Amino acid sequence: MPETFLFATEVALNGLMAGVMYSLVALGFVLIFKASGIFNYAQGVMALFAAMTLVGIQQGQVPFAHAINATFGTDIHNFGWQAPALLAILLTVGVMIALAWAVNRYIFRHLVNQEPIILFMATIGLAYFLEGIADLMWGSEIKRLDVGLPQGINTWIDETTFTIFGYGFFIDNLDIVAAIIAALLVAGLVAFSQYTKQGRALRAVADDHQAALSVGISLNFIWVLVWSIAGFVALVAGIMWGAKSGVQFSLSLIALKALPVLMLGGFTSIPGAIVGGLIIGVGEKLFEFCFGIGQCFGGFINLGGATENWFAYVLALAFLVFRPQGLFGEKIIERV
Amino acid sequence: MKTLTTLTAAATMAAAPALADLVIPDLSYRTGPYAAGGIPFSDGYQDYFTLLNERDGGIGGVPIRLIECETAYDTEKGVECYEATKDEGALVYQPLSTGITYQLIPKTAADGIPMHTMGYGRTSAANGEVFNNIFNYPANYWDGASVAINYLLDENDGSLEGKDIALVYHNSAYGKEPIRTLEALAAKHGFILSQLAVDHPGQEQRSTWVQIRQQRPDYVIMWGWGVMNQVAIQEAANIRFPMENFIGNWWAGAEHDVSPAGMAADGYLSLNMNTVDPELPVFDEIREHVIGSGEAAGDGSHVGSVLYTRGMYAAMLAAEAIRKAQEIHGEADITAAMMRDGMEALTMTEERMLELGAPGIGPVFSVSCENHGGSGQALVQRWNAAEGVFEPITGFISPDEEVIVPLVEEDSLAYAAENGIEPGCA
Repeated sequence: MPETFLFATEVALNGLMAGVMYSLVALGFVLIFKASGIFNYAQGVMALFAAMTLVGIQQGQVPFAHAINATFGTDIHNFGWQAPALLAILLTVGVMIALAWAVNRYIFRHLVNQEPIILFMATIGLAYFLEGIADLMWGSEIKRLDVGLPQGINTWIDETTFTIFGYGFFIDNLDIVAAIIAALLVAGLVAFSQYTKQGRALRAVADDHQAALSVGISLNFIWVLVWSIAGFVALVAGIMWGAKSGVQFSLSLIALKALPVLMLGGFTSIPGAIVGGLIIGVGEKLFEFCFGIGQCFGGFINLGGATENWFAYVLALAFLVFRPQGLFGEKIIERV
Repeated sequence: MKTLTTLTAAATMAAAPALADLVIPDLSYRTGPYAAGGIPFSDGYQDYFTLLNERDGGIGGVPIRLIECETAYDTEKGVECYEATKDEGALVYQPLSTGITYQLIPKTAADGIPMHTMGYGRTSAANGEVFNNIFNYPANYWDGASVAINYLLDENDGSLEGKDIALVYHNSAYGKEPIRTLEALAAKHGFILSQLAVDHPGQEQRSTWVQIRQQRPDYVIMWGWGVMNQVAIQEAANIRFPMENFIGNWWAGAEHDVSPAGMAADGYLSLNMNTVDPELPVFDEIREHVIGSGEAAGDGSHVGSVLYTRGMYAAMLAAEAIRKAQEIHGEADITAAMMRDGMEALTMTEERMLELGAPGIGPVFSVSCENHGGSGQALVQRWNAAEGVFEPITGFISPDEEVIVPLVEEDSLAYAAENGIEPGCA
């Protein structure tokens, strides 16, 4: 088999895996947009906040230690205990639920019936606030995130593909775990929305707020619920991305990778977030391989690399031309 | 009459000379994606000046006034910080950003304020005949690239003929700086150079490292900053690229770059323009006079780390230049123009570093009008993951002047021609 084809296949597989990671971020956007029509600019920062909180709890860090020490002249940094990963995750979920409640109680409850642009701007404010408070609570250091996830090359895939093709494919164990978790997450979300009372209520609110209100569904409850779920999804994304790079400010920028996924998959579809992520992941990686670094067609086109960031958006725009609502988005015509 | 008296008093007060101080702006970044590197550097930079104030009452009897301004590593904000602080009597700028440096080069030239871009910024600023106000001692990017190649030459019995070397670089003005030198060195030594750009911020680098796995270069040199470093080191570990063949530049060789990868980063190499030793006497002084008295810029946890040390070293070089300026002009309360003269006459010897409580912290070098870049020497350090420290594995290595000097001259003279500058010494 030609070497270039094998290399391209390996790149495409890694693109699929990268796409899953993008989808994890995009899912949070979709959940909130679907239920409340809010494009949550703060979703990336929520992933950062969740991951920082997780590591802080796990390492027994005293929140706001720097501010406390500066104010009271104390020298406290750590509680002196290390929390097990599972307990830390559960406690972080609790924090994200509290955050969801606070966001709705103090921000969005006061913005009911406002224009979407006002709600969007409120999430920009929320993003900057969360960024600042996360720094204040847990500090700006880069923290190692270790919840026992496997990392590094999957030797089984490497050896098996080597036996078959004479070339071993690289697939990161962390990406495989991310794919499994994403599948479970989507299955769980679909099951929740189809088979539970709260899930059906959530779908009703997504379809028509007024009608849902008229049958006695509490909008407040549903919004807290959906922000909590989005917070949980942000935690999962934060763990996966944080395991790669350490937990640091840049985690908030992963939202940039989710935007083309949303444009392509649609803002209201959970399967769209997954399929969109996969298309973007494979598309950008193959384009980089073939034309970014000129590995296809004898290096006929070589753009010098670093094409992934912009090509993802080109790909999404190309899809938008033919399906403005995205691949799986709802077609809404507000004017003729 | 009362009004007249008040006005006269006010006019007299306004005309009276302000209390003398040595103004040092600190264009720091404690927020944003590059804060993890900006914080320890700024802490070290400020703590050293605070030490001089607390212990010695300033320099030459004149206290130092630090003005911190947050840039978030954003070029626009950096320029705003410069504009906001330059009229305070700023003596020298240290923006810690190549992007900000490029914007400030014409401004500092027009305002007559020197700028020290230690190991970053515009490499050809080493030619002081063109860039009168810019200093990039003790080493610049092209020196760094050459030192990395000289180290590899040593490792390969003096020959890199036919070797594959990949440059993984931040796709920015900063990341592209070493390309020219490496291309010249590739032509000279016969190695094959491949270039792999990583877009800001560098959170996703899978295709880069899959390509490295496919091409199997003998060595990877990295010009990274921020999250790009942590992800690259993790990805290198994932594809089992040998860490002893992976060399970062001096902005890709701090503790926080390697710690997220844990033990997998063990053996990773990087350049450094200063040694790292938390037990230096100067750090004991900082612990006693600055941290102990609650005057530290941070919480003191970074003392002795790679970037804290570099920030402190930068401040030490600035303080030495102030002393030199005071000596040259016989005046303690110096101006920016005098500071420039001090920087241009700076000499760092082993004896002086010992006196300052930092023996061997940097290379021995001297600055002149023709050479604002110092000796260009750097060392190679290796990460010991078990101990959590970078350990030097070489002494200070000199760059290949035969290649660097003509490149500096060519680039700086082109800049002079473009900007109507007549090269020369004052």
